[in-house]
Amino acid sequence: MSEREKILGRIREALQVKAPLPGSHGDAGDHLPSTAPPVAHARDWLPLVGTTPEEQFELFAKNCADLKADFQLLASRDELKAALAKIRDAEKWQTVASHDGELSNFASQSLGLPVLLTDKGYDVQALEKCDAGITECDALVAQTGGVAVTSRSTGGRALSVLPPHHVVVARREQLVADLPAAFAFL
Amino acid sequence: MVKNLMGTFVTDFKERATAKTGDLRHRQFIRTALRGYETARDRRKGAFQSWESARQAAAETKWQAINHLDEHLVSLTSKLEARGTKVHWASNGAQAREIITQILRDKKAKCIIKSKAMTSEEIHLNHALEEAGFIVVESDLGEFIVQLRHEAPYHIVFPSMHLQRGEIRELFQRELGDAPSDTPEDLTMVARRVMRQKYIQADVGFTGGNFAIAETGMISITENEGNSRLTSALPKTMITLMGIEKVLPRFADLALFLPMLATAGAGQPMTCYNTMYSGPRQPGEPDGPEEWHVILLDNRRTELLADPEQRDALHCIRCGACLNVCPIFRNVGGHTYGTTYSGPVGSVITPHLRGLQDWKHLSNASTLCGACTEACPVKIDLHHHLLQNRRNASASKPAISERLAYKMFGVVANEPMLWSAAKKMGWLTQPLQKMVKGSALDPAKAWTKTRDLPPLPQESFKDWWRNRKRTKS
Repeated sequence: MSEREKILGRIREALQVKAPLPGSHGDAGDHLPSTAPPVAHARDWLPLVGTTPEEQFELFAKNCADLKADFQLLASRDELKAALAKIRDAEKWQTVASHDGELSNFASQSLGLPVLLTDKGYDVQALEKCDAGITECDALVAQTGGVAVTSRSTGGRALSVLPPHHVVVARREQLVADLPAAFAFL
Repeated sequence: MVKNLMGTFVTDFKERATAKTGDLRHRQFIRTALRGYETARDRRKGAFQSWESARQAAAETKWQAINHLDEHLVSLTSKLEARGTKVHWASNGAQAREIITQILRDKKAKCIIKSKAMTSEEIHLNHALEEAGFIVVESDLGEFIVQLRHEAPYHIVFPSMHLQRGEIRELFQRELGDAPSDTPEDLTMVARRVMRQKYIQADVGFTGGNFAIAETGMISITENEGNSRLTSALPKTMITLMGIEKVLPRFADLALFLPMLATAGAGQPMTCYNTMYSGPRQPGEPDGPEEWHVILLDNRRTELLADPEQRDALHCIRCGACLNVCPIFRNVGGHTYGTTYSGPVGSVITPHLRGLQDWKHLSNASTLCGACTEACPVKIDLHHHLLQNRRNASASKPAISERLAYKMFGVVANEPMLWSAAKKMGWLTQPLQKMVKGSALDPAKAWTKTRDLPPLPQESFKDWWRNRKRTKS
């Protein structure tokens, strides 16, 4: 018998005796009273997220600041170019890394610096020397002030974490209210 | 294998506890750190529309997960394997160590970089790998620090919370030859410089797992530093070791568990990095490990599962909230427990994972204040489990002197003449007892060394009642 079968066998044997339901004061139960998953009402208990986009952007900005991330709401591509140039000069960037996306290409190429694209594979030492990684994202989450990314949408696993600075360029419509919404999206 | 002579574990515990409670500097330092945590945690809990409803939902979700554990593990495994992950099953620590060592040998690996995994502490992995000739690097800053000090982690979430900045700076200066100042930023930068090349050059990356999603076949890892992200991005081979109880049924469950883990564990709205891994590098992806091995660890968890009264101890999400509120933990600290899992949850599960008679003393090291049960985000009935451990320990190995003492008390209390005689004896001998209190001559010295018996009243209640009736009539 494989270890798998042994472990599953022990589990099945152990589970023949029922355990009390949470909050039931010791009465054993077969299954929970409701068929809906317990987290179905999570939205009612998690922190409030506001109903309008303005409120949600405000919440996102506040949570971002708590996490020490710098958030800028920009009106146009020109403003984006200017904002990126400002960071480039302040941080003295010399090379950046990015992936092949419509918005990320615009951002990385606007800097006038050499750009390492990771999509088709890359040399790790070369990525290590990049001062910043510029990526798009899948969603911005107002409730947490966080950004949802996948390795498919952001040029792999390392681009968003190896370079010392991570810059995310996103579209306004990508803001979602809370985690349940972000998860449904993913 | 550690051989335990009768009573060694409990003697060690008492010695360490005595030493640590006498270290006022240490107690003050820990108290300050935990007060900061409490303030942040309360703010975050307050932001929830209903923290209590969230706890109930989390408790019910974990109940579903654990009470259908076999189904969920089967689903998890098949989904992981469908994307090319190799899933291994280990009944105990020795098997897990062997599986990991074999993978390292197969890959002709020299260096393994680790992100934090309490299960790896549980099976004493680092020591075994170093004995086998591999280089092991801890990438989590707290673990990196205690590794340099050749120490065990102090707390399951904050491994080096017992150290002040000055101590860390001295450590870095001594071991790494470099520490410009003692600010957290500068210290982190020192560790970062050391670590970056190690991520790139390591042959194998090793992680633990916070949650395993049965529905989609994912392992979710929560961290603040990003070291897990790098460990799982750069080395060619990735190994994840995880207890079988970490299962959650659905992907959507994370929307509740991730904020709750962050809130209860660290007083954060959300931890900096929460990553769900569903396989090794897939076709078309530019990086990621070529091979991913997931090792599911039992190591006596199935024994705890077989105890329906205490099965919910397996609901634990390892947030550390119970440690942070425990009056014992705050005063004796994490190292005193002498075992991987400390604090209330450690005191509940260690007797199951490592032997009831050897570790029952941890269940006695409690005031039963219930703060742990209240703090637990998944509503584990921790303080009642401590009572149950005590009951089980004394049922399986009764203490003869205790049994005798209770029997004698029963005889005296049920016989009015004996009770009267005992009272008179008490009045007579109390002044004598005061003279020898706490010394070798005192038969009750284990009790009286740190406790004062109040003076017995001159008039017992029965006598007062009798006299009162007389004066009334």
